[in-house]
Amino acid sequence: MTTVADQSVTRAANRRPGALALGLSRGVLELKQFARTRAYLVFTLLFPVVIVLIFGAAFHGSAGGGVSLSQYFVTGMIASGFLATGFQNLAIQIPIERSRGVLKRLVGTPMPRSAYFIGKIVMVLVISAISTAVLLAMAVAFYDLPLPSSPTKWLTFGWVSLLGVTACTLLGIAYSSLARSGRAAPSMTTPVALVLQIISGVFIVFTALPGWMQQVAALFPLKWMTQGLRSVFLPDSFAQREVAHSWELGRVALVLGVWCVAGLILCLLTFRWTDED
Amino acid sequence: MDAVKENLAIEVRGLRKAYGSTVAVDGLDLAVPRGEVFALLGPNGAGKTTTVEILEGFRRADAGEIRVLGTDPRAATAEWRSRVGIVLQSTGEFEELTVAEVVHHFARYYGGADDPDKVIDRVGLTGKRDARAEKLSGGQKRRLDVALGIIGRPELLFLDEPTTGFDPEARREFWELIRGLAAAGTTILLTTHYLDEAEALADRVGVIAKGRMVALAAPADLGDRRTATATVSWQGPNGTESERTHTPTAVVNALAERFGGEVPGLTVSRPTLEDVYLAMIGKEEAA
Repeated sequence: MTTVADQSVTRAANRRPGALALGLSRGVLELKQFARTRAYLVFTLLFPVVIVLIFGAAFHGSAGGGVSLSQYFVTGMIASGFLATGFQNLAIQIPIERSRGVLKRLVGTPMPRSAYFIGKIVMVLVISAISTAVLLAMAVAFYDLPLPSSPTKWLTFGWVSLLGVTACTLLGIAYSSLARSGRAAPSMTTPVALVLQIISGVFIVFTALPGWMQQVAALFPLKWMTQGLRSVFLPDSFAQREVAHSWELGRVALVLGVWCVAGLILCLLTFRWTDED
Repeated sequence: MDAVKENLAIEVRGLRKAYGSTVAVDGLDLAVPRGEVFALLGPNGAGKTTTVEILEGFRRADAGEIRVLGTDPRAATAEWRSRVGIVLQSTGEFEELTVAEVVHHFARYYGGADDPDKVIDRVGLTGKRDARAEKLSGGQKRRLDVALGIIGRPELLFLDEPTTGFDPEARREFWELIRGLAAAGTTILLTTHYLDEAEALADRVGVIAKGRMVALAAPADLGDRRTATATVSWQGPNGTESERTHTPTAVVNALAERFGGEVPGLTVSRPTLEDVYLAMIGKEEAA
């Protein structure tokens, strides 16, 4: 029995790193895996670029108020990027990991469970930043989109992005519990994202949509993300052309904040580490 | 404290688990002392994996008293997890990561982890250190699983069908690895379909059928193999002849006298572990 006692002492003495440190190293591992998987790279980074190029070439109209359709559209695509990396990516990837037993293996180790989520958040933040930078560079180079003109606008850009990414990430994790298997996940997730993009002011100017569709969209975060980002990149005069004749930044913060809280609660209540039981 | 209980790595009494109306485990008892290699045998659907996954803390039992390293697995803490190594049935989920990346990363989860490079060497993957997991063969992937199971220097190691899909040589190498761990004092609970594997590795085997333990013994004693009817066979003038007997020595003596020395083609055999096992399972299935 002395050996067992000795071992316990040794284990206590060699304390493992904390949840945050392990979460960060999981984030690095997730990013390595991401960077080495061509399908993820193409879907998350290249796909939005291609969509922007196609739309930019196909539609030369104006969104009104001196704003071109391409400029309107590209701000919506930046918001869509958050939806793709946060929501779609996780809602598809986590059920696959669950089906393949990745999650089961992790909970069989002493890894703090929060480290898994911290790793996912690190991954989403880094990929979102990259995809945003790529889209912005394209928009500035090809579509004359001005970068934010004041510190206040940069600040708005910052908090809208952070709240948007957070809400999408938490909802992606929560939504991942709905899929019964990894195979079912893509077909359960992609249509949701596509419908949200159509009704939330990404592919179509929001005010051109029927009223009931606008009201449905207003229940979900993407509409508020696109609106918040338009306030950053489009001229202030364009605010008059929004539904409420204002950017409604207070409401943007409120709705996204509520979705963050709701997403967190859903995650805590519903997350499953295995398919069975 | 009870000295006997202290010496048990696994202690299960009256374990019961049903999925809907299907009873997977039906009042199972099991006691595995520290340092033992215990093999759980049984046909698919007998309740092996359910039992093991309850012991690992992945599933909740409907009833029964369960102690693994003195703790109820459902109340598993990080400290308990760090003392238990698990090799699940599923494998191959690291795809784009290399062997070294995965093993070094998992080592960080444990306070008293082993040296990752030494562990990679012990499972025979040093040559594949920088290979991506998706490029490994089935046997190599399994060895990576074992590396992750032992990286935390566990006191108790669960191996769920560890050598399925191995070629014979890889299995022998794997057995050596397990023997080394056992020699170092690791308690091992193994499930397997291969009776030669149980015979080669286990101190004791338990046979599960329909969620119950139907036999429990050292591999050589299972189903009274030692004293079971033996078959003596030899080459007679008209081809192979044989005789089933409880006194094979007497039969051989008589044969030696008859042939005046060497008996051509002489073999004496008792039922193999497989024969005994199949007879046991057959009886249970019929019951």
